[in-house]
Amino acid sequence: MSETGLNSGKFILIANHLVKTYSQRSGRFGFGTTLVKALDDVSISLREGSTLAVVGESGSGKSTLARCLLQLQPLDSGEVLFDSQDLAKLDGAALRAARKNLQMVFQDPFASLNPRMRVGEIVGEGLLIHGLGSSTEQQQKVITILKRVGLTEADMQKYPHEFSGGQRQRIGIARALVLKPKVVVCDEPVSALDVSIQAQILLLLKELQVEMGLSYVFISHDLRVVRHIAEDIVVMHQGKVVEQGSVVDIYQQPQHEYTRNLLAAIPGKKVVSA
Amino acid sequence: MTVTTALLELKHMSIAPKKTPSRLLVNDVSFAIEAGKTTCVVGESGSGKSLTALSVMGLLSKQLQLITGKVLFNDGEAGIQDLTLLDAESLRKIRGAKIAMIFQEPMTSLNPVLTVGYQIGESLTTHLGLKGDALKTKIASLLEMVGIPHSRANSYPDELSGGQRQRVMIAMSIACEPRLLIADEPTTALDVTVQAQILKLLDQLKTRMNMGMLFITHDFGVVADIADNVVVMFRGEIVETGTKEQVLNNPQHPYTKALLACVPDVEGKKPLKPIDYAWLEENQIAQNAQVIV
Repeated sequence: MSETGLNSGKFILIANHLVKTYSQRSGRFGFGTTLVKALDDVSISLREGSTLAVVGESGSGKSTLARCLLQLQPLDSGEVLFDSQDLAKLDGAALRAARKNLQMVFQDPFASLNPRMRVGEIVGEGLLIHGLGSSTEQQQKVITILKRVGLTEADMQKYPHEFSGGQRQRIGIARALVLKPKVVVCDEPVSALDVSIQAQILLLLKELQVEMGLSYVFISHDLRVVRHIAEDIVVMHQGKVVEQGSVVDIYQQPQHEYTRNLLAAIPGKKVVSA
Repeated sequence: MTVTTALLELKHMSIAPKKTPSRLLVNDVSFAIEAGKTTCVVGESGSGKSLTALSVMGLLSKQLQLITGKVLFNDGEAGIQDLTLLDAESLRKIRGAKIAMIFQEPMTSLNPVLTVGYQIGESLTTHLGLKGDALKTKIASLLEMVGIPHSRANSYPDELSGGQRQRVMIAMSIACEPRLLIADEPTTALDVTVQAQILKLLDQLKTRMNMGMLFITHDFGVVADIADNVVVMFRGEIVETGTKEQVLNNPQHPYTKALLACVPDVEGKKPLKPIDYAWLEENQIAQNAQVIV
């Protein structure tokens, strides 16, 4: 059920040999430093129109990967190829132009929206920055995308605190999609939501993927969610990719022991699936 | 399920804000928990599951009040008591000693300036009067029981991982061997692998100490792993109760069916179906309640 029909086998985003190291104070009184490798020679590739899931425990480097793909954090080394450009080498203005096609949906729908901006401003800000269209056109685009994600025109005048968690995540999705990006990086977009709301948002993401021809990098720790949304999967453990391949293959025949542990830890495997 | 074997029995509990007593947040909730069994309360956020748990311990916030209802607790020696009628002093003797609670956030429910050993020992000193070496030995054995080396007793909470902190919370709560353990989404903030360990640990402890457990969750996967009985709550009311097998495999109420339909399965065969609240309304559930989403 996961095939979208848009899979062309062409890669839209390729990351090669990404390395990112954090230094951490350690030892007595924090005088020493230890280096933590958050990304240790990570290479992934995202097929056009498909969803690539990145799974792993907390601390496995999956969120660092998300941020490094979009150059929200500088890489130590490695290259991120999008549209035959290496994003890691782009300077400010060029990077900003490229980001029009690369958007992100964040994990925490409560922290990722500016509480002092109206929803119309939040969603329209990207259009303003990229100077797309006149102000009435921008307004119109904002209304269209808000309606598409299940909100109303009247919601433009409201502030984020007036919405529930699920609605806020819809605002986050509208903000990412108003620019008509090609790649959307979703960092645990449903893990803060109730299971009923989670299903709504997952279905919305899938519909939008087909409609707009989006490619997703989907960061998650919930393997049940991943099974439903993704075609390909990358399993990360301590900054390294331990296994990657198609979701169907890896769920049926996990090769690496860590993947097997992750799959075995899914709660309620037997009863719910029965 | 007869009254005599029930460890805890909630009878017709209703909770509302003091300012608007007509707006019932928990409406006429009754169920029973047996010793050595786990009862899972399932529902979305806002369904009143946490309020129900807090009211058992008499921990409702000052803005809320218990309008009607009894909390009958079988104390063993003291017989059956209605916890809602007890004064603060008698309640304090029960909290921690006979009924213990684990909270959702292992990061925020430990005191950052006290060692975990001290925090585990606190209830032992208060309720059992343990001191000195006896206390240290007990703390060490509790830590070992939840799978943390006893040398970590002098660690501060920030030196432990999320899973370890939740284990410390469990060690604290079982320190006095309570008859009833209330766990309010104890694994929601944890990784799946850690979650699996914690669930296994709680299940073992339950069997070993013949403890009754009131387990609050919104994850049906967790329910399938740990529950004996299930209570499904929706907008402050109980819509279905039964054994785990009944509720998961043969749900009767439309809301339970809808909630089960939005849980993704491991095989990815089942189409996800979000809850259609309008359809539920038509099926005449909670006519007066406000649509949350």
